[in-house]
Amino acid sequence: MLYREAGQFKTTYGDDQAIFPIRQDRLGMALILLIAYVALPLFATDYFITSIMIPFLIYALAAIGLNLLTGYCGQVSLGTGGFMAVGAYAAYNFTIRMPELNLIVVFILAGGCAAMVGVVFGIPSLRIKGFYLAVATLAAQFFLDWAFARIKWFTNYTPSGSVAAPPLDIFGFAINTPDRRYFLILAIVTVMALAAKNLVRGRVGRSWMAIRDMDIAAEIIGIRPLRAKLSAFAVSSFYAGVAGALWAFLHLGAWEPLAFDINRSFILLFMVIIGGLGSILGCFLGAAFILMVPLALNQIPTALGIPLSTAMISHAEFMIFGAMIVFFLIVEPHGLARLWALGKEKLRLWPFPH
Amino acid sequence: MGFFVEVLFGGFLAGVLYALVALGFVLIFKASGVFNFAQGAMVLFAALSLVRLMEWMPIPVALLVSVAIMIVFALVVERLVLRPLVNQEGIILFMATIGVSYFLDGFGQTVWGSEVYTLDLGLPKEPVIILESLFEGGVLVNKFDLVAAVIAGVLVTVLAIFFQKTRIGRALRAVADDHQAAQSVGIPLRDIWVIVWSTSGIVALVAGIVWGSALGVQFSISLVALKALPVLILGGFTSVPGAIIGGLIIGAGEKLAEVYIGPTFGGGIENWFAYMLALLFLLVRPQGLFGERIIERV
Repeated sequence: MLYREAGQFKTTYGDDQAIFPIRQDRLGMALILLIAYVALPLFATDYFITSIMIPFLIYALAAIGLNLLTGYCGQVSLGTGGFMAVGAYAAYNFTIRMPELNLIVVFILAGGCAAMVGVVFGIPSLRIKGFYLAVATLAAQFFLDWAFARIKWFTNYTPSGSVAAPPLDIFGFAINTPDRRYFLILAIVTVMALAAKNLVRGRVGRSWMAIRDMDIAAEIIGIRPLRAKLSAFAVSSFYAGVAGALWAFLHLGAWEPLAFDINRSFILLFMVIIGGLGSILGCFLGAAFILMVPLALNQIPTALGIPLSTAMISHAEFMIFGAMIVFFLIVEPHGLARLWALGKEKLRLWPFPH
Repeated sequence: MGFFVEVLFGGFLAGVLYALVALGFVLIFKASGVFNFAQGAMVLFAALSLVRLMEWMPIPVALLVSVAIMIVFALVVERLVLRPLVNQEGIILFMATIGVSYFLDGFGQTVWGSEVYTLDLGLPKEPVIILESLFEGGVLVNKFDLVAAVIAGVLVTVLAIFFQKTRIGRALRAVADDHQAAQSVGIPLRDIWVIVWSTSGIVALVAGIVWGSALGVQFSISLVALKALPVLILGGFTSVPGAIIGGLIIGAGEKLAEVYIGPTFGGGIENWFAYMLALLFLLVRPQGLFGERIIERV
């Protein structure tokens, strides 16, 4: 009843191509943005902003990157953590070696570096696919882990191998409070999510999907696999790189290579699978879900009066992630995003039966 | 020269360990086309079960119970994971096994605890010097490594006989060749899957015993087992001897690389050398050394 498109006519080509063709969707989106930009900074505690919203947004951004590659182009990657590390260390090196660079430029350059590395490790995808490619990206992950731990130039010869972000500012505006960091991340994520949404609706995204669905057929209708696959790797790694730079600079502050180890890659893959392969909305849902599990494991048993030990919680986390992956792959391969779409279908009629 | 051979031997014996894990992968891949990412987790789980059960009961009983646990695990996986996902794309099954692997890691450590346990089955561990007649001073190897090599050899022989000579082995090969054709001549696919997962569970147990005795039973086993992936790529996904030879090449290659080229790069290249080797190999010969050629355009 509430969610119905009846009476909304598309009278121009512009209407037909809108990202959110239905008025309720536009309102909903506006409401979400209003909450994110106004309500949360006003009412949420610093704890909520720093340890829930900031990781959530950055994870969602990295998940979008992985989803562009895995969900849209069909190339499984287990190296996202490595590409995030490239972004983080590139950003670090740009800021300490060229301190006059604007922070935004630094993030873009960091993404660019990650994109280049991504293309290099994406080259095998032209000859191999499926789990062979997964192993190839695993090679990227291990190699990059090693490179940032052992090649001292990347860490500016710090003896411990751990590096810290310098004080940040944009146009003389210091990024030092949780709210300001949150706003910066939110702005970047909004722009990049919108860009991703548009990318997958356009020619590039469609060529990726064609490659994913059937590469030979795609080639026959004139899509170049080389360009499509490598561009998917480049864009995906760009997103991962920016996410990595944000994670390091605005979430961690100081970090070591272990911050981007293989578990990060798996967690991101889980977000994409649970959220929904081939859906931008799904990345946000997946990231929220994965972040919620440890929180819930911390809170619920305590509330019920059966506190669990830390080791127990981390094992339970593993078990829940594993079980959820299998569950979603069996029951709903399109993930939470699909559930949301089904819910919207139901809402069209609700509360009337017909 | 003696030093070179010593490094080479050390590498070979590390390679045997990788090969033991890779064997389990190959078995499952051959019979069901599933790329089982959970093999490493299975090794950890089997070793953990054994080491904790040994605190309660004599070793032979503990071994039997561990085997039983791995068979139950195979049944559960077949029922809850493989059956609902039958006829899905390989990559979906692959991701499902990543889920299984996470679950098993968490489950194993919840049930059996997550400390480092020492596994002592009474395997000899003292170092010996061999080949004294060939090199000056001989070559120093650990007796335990030789035992591991013998275990791997026996395991491969048993598996080869099992595959070639027994009724079930023939059925397994038929299923590997063509699911539908096998089913239409009356081979029960589901039973075959349970059998093959149980077999690779038992292989995982053997691998777990060898690894556990060498390194202690701990979580890192599950990660080191990822080294079996480059072994598979090198040896081919469908070849049992390939797994062994691939393991030897990877093990020897990474140890030699670490010793001879490692210092120029700052050391620690063991961690990725195997993967890079596999990656280069993929570009030249995607089916591996002994794998069946799959004609497929990408």
